[in-house]
Amino acid sequence: MWSIGPIGFAAPWLLLGLIALPILWILLRAVPPAPIRRRFPGVALLLGLTDDENQTDRTPWWLLLLRILAVAAAIIGFAGPVLNPQNAPEGSGDLVILLDGSWAGAPSWQARIDRVDTLLTEAALANRRTAVINLNDLPIGEIPFAAPGEWQNRLPNIQPRPWQPADPAAWFAEAAGSFETYWISDGLDWDGRDALLGALETRGGVTVFQTPRQTIGLRPARFENGEVLVSATRSPIGNPLETTITAIGLDPAGVERQLATVPMTFAPGEPTAETAMVLPPELRNRISRFEVTGTRSAGAVTLTDDALKRREVALIAGREDREGLELLSPLFYLREALEPTADIIDGALNDILLANPDVIILADVATLAGGEAEDILQWIESGGMLLRFAGPRLAASDRGRNEVDPLLPVRLRSGGRSVGGAMSWGEPKTLAPFTQDSPFFGLPVPEDVTVTSQVVAQPDPTLADRVIAQLTDGTPLVTRKVVGEGQIVLVHVTANAEWSNLPLSGLFVQMLERLAVSTRPTRPDAVEMAGTTWLPNKVLDAFGRLEDGSALPGVAGEDLAKGAPGPDLLPGLYTGRDRQLAVNVMQADTVLNVAAWPARIAIEGMAVVRETALKGWLLSATVLLLLIDVIASLALGGRLRGPRADVAAAFALMLLWTPEAQAQAAEDFALRATSEVVLAHVLTGDAEIDRIAEAGLLGLSQTLFRRTSIEPAAPIGVNIETDELAFFPFLYWPVTADQPLPSREAYGKLNRYLRSGGMIMFDTRDADTARFGSGSPEGRKLQAIARSLDIPAIERIPPDHVLTRTFYLLQDFPGRYASRDVWVEAAPIDAERIEGMPFRNLNDGVTPVIIGGNDWARAWAVDGNGRPMFPVGRGMSGERQREIALRFGVNVIMHVLTGNYKSDQVHVPDLLDRLGQ
Amino acid sequence: MTNPLALRSDAEALAAPLPPLLAEAEHLASAVLLGEHGRRRAGTGDTFWQYRSAQPHDEARSIDWRRSARSDANFVQDKEWQIAQSAILWVDQSASMSFRSDDDLPTKARRARILGLACAVLLIRGGERVGLTGLRLPPRRGEAQLMQMAQLLSQADDTDYGAPEAQGMLPHSRAFFISDFLGDIAPIEDALLRAADRGVGGALLQVLDPQEEAFPFDGRTIFESMSGTLRHETLKAGDLKSRYLDRLAERKDRLRDLARVTGWQFQTHHSGDSPAQALLWLYGALEHRA
Repeated sequence: MWSIGPIGFAAPWLLLGLIALPILWILLRAVPPAPIRRRFPGVALLLGLTDDENQTDRTPWWLLLLRILAVAAAIIGFAGPVLNPQNAPEGSGDLVILLDGSWAGAPSWQARIDRVDTLLTEAALANRRTAVINLNDLPIGEIPFAAPGEWQNRLPNIQPRPWQPADPAAWFAEAAGSFETYWISDGLDWDGRDALLGALETRGGVTVFQTPRQTIGLRPARFENGEVLVSATRSPIGNPLETTITAIGLDPAGVERQLATVPMTFAPGEPTAETAMVLPPELRNRISRFEVTGTRSAGAVTLTDDALKRREVALIAGREDREGLELLSPLFYLREALEPTADIIDGALNDILLANPDVIILADVATLAGGEAEDILQWIESGGMLLRFAGPRLAASDRGRNEVDPLLPVRLRSGGRSVGGAMSWGEPKTLAPFTQDSPFFGLPVPEDVTVTSQVVAQPDPTLADRVIAQLTDGTPLVTRKVVGEGQIVLVHVTANAEWSNLPLSGLFVQMLERLAVSTRPTRPDAVEMAGTTWLPNKVLDAFGRLEDGSALPGVAGEDLAKGAPGPDLLPGLYTGRDRQLAVNVMQADTVLNVAAWPARIAIEGMAVVRETALKGWLLSATVLLLLIDVIASLALGGRLRGPRADVAAAFALMLLWTPEAQAQAAEDFALRATSEVVLAHVLTGDAEIDRIAEAGLLGLSQTLFRRTSIEPAAPIGVNIETDELAFFPFLYWPVTADQPLPSREAYGKLNRYLRSGGMIMFDTRDADTARFGSGSPEGRKLQAIARSLDIPAIERIPPDHVLTRTFYLLQDFPGRYASRDVWVEAAPIDAERIEGMPFRNLNDGVTPVIIGGNDWARAWAVDGNGRPMFPVGRGMSGERQREIALRFGVNVIMHVLTGNYKSDQVHVPDLLDRLGQ
Repeated sequence: MTNPLALRSDAEALAAPLPPLLAEAEHLASAVLLGEHGRRRAGTGDTFWQYRSAQPHDEARSIDWRRSARSDANFVQDKEWQIAQSAILWVDQSASMSFRSDDDLPTKARRARILGLACAVLLIRGGERVGLTGLRLPPRRGEAQLMQMAQLLSQADDTDYGAPEAQGMLPHSRAFFISDFLGDIAPIEDALLRAADRGVGGALLQVLDPQEEAFPFDGRTIFESMSGTLRHETLKAGDLKSRYLDRLAERKDRLRDLARVTGWQFQTHHSGDSPAQALLWLYGALEHRA
């Protein structure tokens, strides 16, 4: 294929036709446009007239240029131009295509596979044996050389893995043969990459395909100072980068949702960025993972485990009356121990139960009100944990003496005991080592922890099962009872240092932790994990998708403790005995490095330039140019008139259409609506209704003009979808059964309108057939419309509503029908009629809606001559009704424009009274 | 070819709203034939005019004895003097009249025929005698004349531009010429002068197509007359517009001058306008006292 620059031609000989263009120019120039023959009787008058100038017997130059361009485009188009023609590849011998195949390449995996596909196509043309090898998924045995076509079929099976390759150089050392290598790199450095490069170079040439794409890795989230900190690192380090981090978790309905989204900004030149999320604990505990928004890669996902979850602990003490003795407060040490790792709730028990905490700690609380005890029991049965501490009050009370207290794990002997005190025999007791079935098993028992006083459990057949910690003399120190899904734990000493120095020791904190009152802040180390087996719950693939891992084998705790994901340890969420651990692709200290290649290695981009045939474009251009030529020739020859001119004008308009006209229209609308007071009605789409509404408002406007100082201009129909509503003090909305519901934006506008003091008068026009709220089609439509509107509570117009006296004194509000069912915003409940006042002091403000069905527009409507358009009632009484309808309209508009001014007159007697003094 | 029946009915329809046209009869004895136009003076006629006392030259048989018996003197009954007017019509039937610029418009010829025939209808209803110029159809009265006239008017002429025939005009009769008057002016001038010589008064109605007034052309154009014998080529038709309009105005001025000199009326009518307007004008022009 012969080519100029990036453009090749399939039939370059056709380009010789371009030589003919100048000849064509001369020819076209010599031939004037063909004349039109016209029959015209007036020719007799034309005889003898000569043309002033002889210009147009030649085609104008721009038309010539247009035609020449069209011809040139056609010639070039038929010559078959191709952008970026793919020429035959070179190379021979065996070829190995390596893929890094790690999570870093996942976002653009398809591009990589496409590139491999192109390379395979080239290899097929060159007839080379090829092998495609994913470094993360090395084949067993020899290098699997095969025909490129076969590999193309297998390409979809090659998938990235959520870890980095581990020492593939050793595998290649065992494989025999020499080959050329194409290495599709993910762009990230990994251990053993240099060694592999060295090994490959001994076998043949190496070409690297790599794009400088930025890889973002999200490090595990951590909890600090009440904030969730999420940090990310990137490679290569470059320009500032804005990205967002999404926290994802289950909502209360169990559906996975985005719980929070925060922006994260990489400063220029900074490899890492950090962002903080301040979330309510309820939300925070639901987070199951964080993601870099829009990046499909395992590195851009970090799973959260128990480390991020913080329990909500409610603290309640029996003695709150000891002011000033902070260190003696039963809750002081608990608070100190729990504050770093749990969220503490204070408050009354009733309120706390509503918050559904994980743990409630009762420090020396003996009795609870009956209802409270039941509530707590219910809460325990549904999974709550009640932790009680003894104290003087519990010891002094009779709870659990004779019968089992449901809120105590064991029965207690009265009085408790004191040992080692000044007035008692014996030494203070120390703790016995924890037994194997105790949750505290394994915790070292400090020698210096002593107990001087305690409450003592009543010996009982069940007592032995319930003891989870005891003193050296066998006295139970901590007892536990399982109730439903929850448990009750009693610590037989106080939560402060009065009876024991346990709360002062580190053991206290560890015990709370083991009781799952607080959460373990640190990841367990290898020693602690030794011998345990963890089951994968959810695992991540390289694209950052979570998959069910329940079918996968368990993982030894030692492996899990190392934390680096690999073929044996898929990143994901692992469940152990009482907790969950997350294994993430990125560790807190993982650093991403750019894969740097020695200068001798050829690096090619990932982009495959595709062949683009330009023939279609050029031929289209030819046709377009010829179309323009047609119009121009017609215009030039005087033939562009009549329907042709219309078509041409439409064509030109299509090209030159600008939205300015619309903006102009909007401005005109605003001017018309604001230069004077204008009553407006909502366009329903029913032309007849809209016409009547306009005529009605015209009639009302004329009445206002004649009788009051309000002088409105002609009413305007408003399209609530497109027009601005803020200009209108009053909207009349005739409700039709078949009008469409407003869009979401229109509802927003309407609600804004209602809140900012506008009034909408809904008229269902059906008061003759339907009562308010009954199921006429209009009534149902009104309900549908009003469902999303911000309408306050409404009531029938009370006899002392300000609408009854804003201009006329009225008690009826008829339109064409005279129903009393006219509703306005309800008066405040506390409005009361003051003695001696004719009416209550009501409605500080304008009612945002008037709802009725009296078809006021028909009663108000006048035609162009000012005559009523529709009959109202019969005879004089009908005319009277029309008059009252108009008066009601006047009152409404007065109310809209003057607010509660008339209502303020309720104070007139007061004011007069004061003036009198 | 225009259907004569349709032409007649169109013309009748157009003439219907107008009162019968009572043309002013001129008192010229040689041209007088009995008609139904009372001359508001005693003379030959059918209707009673007045009684007058018998004069010595009155024959005895002319005395109205019934009137005379009521008094002592003899009276003679005078009749109102009645005459009929002759009107001669020329409608251009040449090829140039068959032009129309738009399918919605009638051809000039059709408009001219309708106007001419409508006038004829009115005149005949008024008891006048109407005929065509030349010797094709001498003036006569009656509905049959209208049939014949419509027949003759429906024929088309192949010549490019028509010229009125001045023959067959009765002295001191009325005449009206309907044409576009775009052809050579000399025959028209000749005909008008000859008509004036014979004391014939009348009206010239120029019927033009709106396009002939506007000349909305542009670009390289070859203009041809309707039969194709005359042609004019221009490279920029737009440039010719003003000069064409000048010439047209000049032609109208010329016709108006001629009309003034000969005591005729001149008016231009466009085929895009209402024909009733033109008919009213013709009505007025025929009433005009020469």
